[in-house]
Amino acid sequence: MREVAVVATALHQVPALTDTTEVQLMVPLINAARDAVGITQADIGFTCSGSSDFLAGQAFSFVQTLDAVGAFPPICESHVEMDGAFALYEAWVKLQIGEVDTALVFSYGKSSPGSLRDVLALQLDPYFLAPLWPPADAVAAIQARLLLESGLVGAEELAEIAVRSQRNAVGNPNAVRSSSEVTVADVMAEAPVADPLRPSDLAAESDGGCAVVLAAGDRARELCGRPAWIRGIDHRIDAHALGTRNLTRAPSAELATSLAVAAAGLTIDSLDLAEIHSPTTSQEAILVREFGLGGSTEVNPSGGALAANTMMAAGLVRIAEAAGRIIDGRADRALAHATSGPCLQQNLVCVMAGE
Amino acid sequence: MSGDSDSEVRLPESLSGVEPVQSVRTPIRLEYDYRPSASAESYLRAYAEKRIIGHRSPVDGAVFIPPRGVDPRHGVAISEEVDLPDTGHVGNFCVTHLPIPGRKGLEVPYVSAWIHLDGAAVGFLGLVRGCPSDEVRIGMRVRAVWRPDDELGTTAENIRHWEPTGEPDVPLEGAGNRSFHASQPGADAGESDA
Repeated sequence: MREVAVVATALHQVPALTDTTEVQLMVPLINAARDAVGITQADIGFTCSGSSDFLAGQAFSFVQTLDAVGAFPPICESHVEMDGAFALYEAWVKLQIGEVDTALVFSYGKSSPGSLRDVLALQLDPYFLAPLWPPADAVAAIQARLLLESGLVGAEELAEIAVRSQRNAVGNPNAVRSSSEVTVADVMAEAPVADPLRPSDLAAESDGGCAVVLAAGDRARELCGRPAWIRGIDHRIDAHALGTRNLTRAPSAELATSLAVAAAGLTIDSLDLAEIHSPTTSQEAILVREFGLGGSTEVNPSGGALAANTMMAAGLVRIAEAAGRIIDGRADRALAHATSGPCLQQNLVCVMAGE
Repeated sequence: MSGDSDSEVRLPESLSGVEPVQSVRTPIRLEYDYRPSASAESYLRAYAEKRIIGHRSPVDGAVFIPPRGVDPRHGVAISEEVDLPDTGHVGNFCVTHLPIPGRKGLEVPYVSAWIHLDGAAVGFLGLVRGCPSDEVRIGMRVRAVWRPDDELGTTAENIRHWEPTGEPDVPLEGAGNRSFHASQPGADAGESDA
């Protein structure tokens, strides 16, 4: 395997971008990521982005966003209609092939002009589920109900996850929900939105974007004093149909984690931190169990996706948050996770370490 | 697949003789409360005053229309607005002989053209009328024909179409994007399209 590292990150998340276009959002972020390692687009071998036309309400909206890259003269470029973490995976594969030494990955989501909970209904199967327009909160609540009824997790544990997220998010400029004072009792007192999920159980929706520069081998060492080396990365998929799955589990997350951690030559309990992309507290409880995380690993020091969930970018933001802590020396080994699809259908795990 | 495909699927007895479901209608409608950005709003508001706004690149002064707040060649933000005249030339065009279903008042053939305003680096789309379609040519000078003042709105539809001015043509080698492309690093003017 070729050594590949995250060498620069830039992100921005706010409750809503009203006057700012996706292009205007991404211009400063892409420039900040490239400037951090002193390179221009001409030095980038491959560019890959992730976004969704369903958020923009426009066909081929991602083509417009290339205006933010400076794709002239023409560049080698690709796009996934998935979270940017999956775009990063494509770039990582491109770097493994060995034709390029650097890659720019970016993703963004501006869900505020539409109704995200309705947009997400359209990712369900088009014959039996999507025509019923189940809101995303309700689909997640069915999963949460199964989890609580199974006895695997108690309602208090979900509230504790919500509290930890809001407290960790204090001081994070890219979090849109944080509180140093919130308590488990406060969360338990909230009226449910989709029973059993309360407002604090649901991720705070945000608009925003993220840009990451990857580099291979010695090029990474030239560009960055302490690259966040991607030692293992894997993504796996469970069945799409919700009725065929045991929703209290996420086997694809378990498999992706065990493969990524093994590829890194590490054990799960050796990780300093884990940035988890969980759109609900109940999903975080499932993921922590699938990962096998113990008390020695700090979970979501940024507040995680619960503190700011930018559709299409929250997974790449997890990688950026974890990599940033390795680059600046606060952590040595980190796991970053991204999910996509209903009820944790797809899971990507990226294990990174400093030298 | 081989043989009689009917024999390969056996329906339960309860479905024998019923009409098969051959299609399912699942109407999809999503609503967006969309603001097209400050630069697009400036552009559309200026239209209501019969003004056309472009954006000037801080890199080399190239003027882009419509203004998008960015120089797409360099990924650099633009904030400088420029007033452009409502005169220019045809950079490229297409004569269409099929009507647009549901669109009234557009007789065929009609001419869609890439209009290059004087002072702009790139063209934008418009209809050319006021001369037979077979007289439209690359380099032909045109001016905007605006709606009457009492019909103006914050919309690009304020320009009904573009009509010939009768001035001498822009020479072919300078028409459309040709001179702009020729000035770009790494571009070959001989291969560029208008």
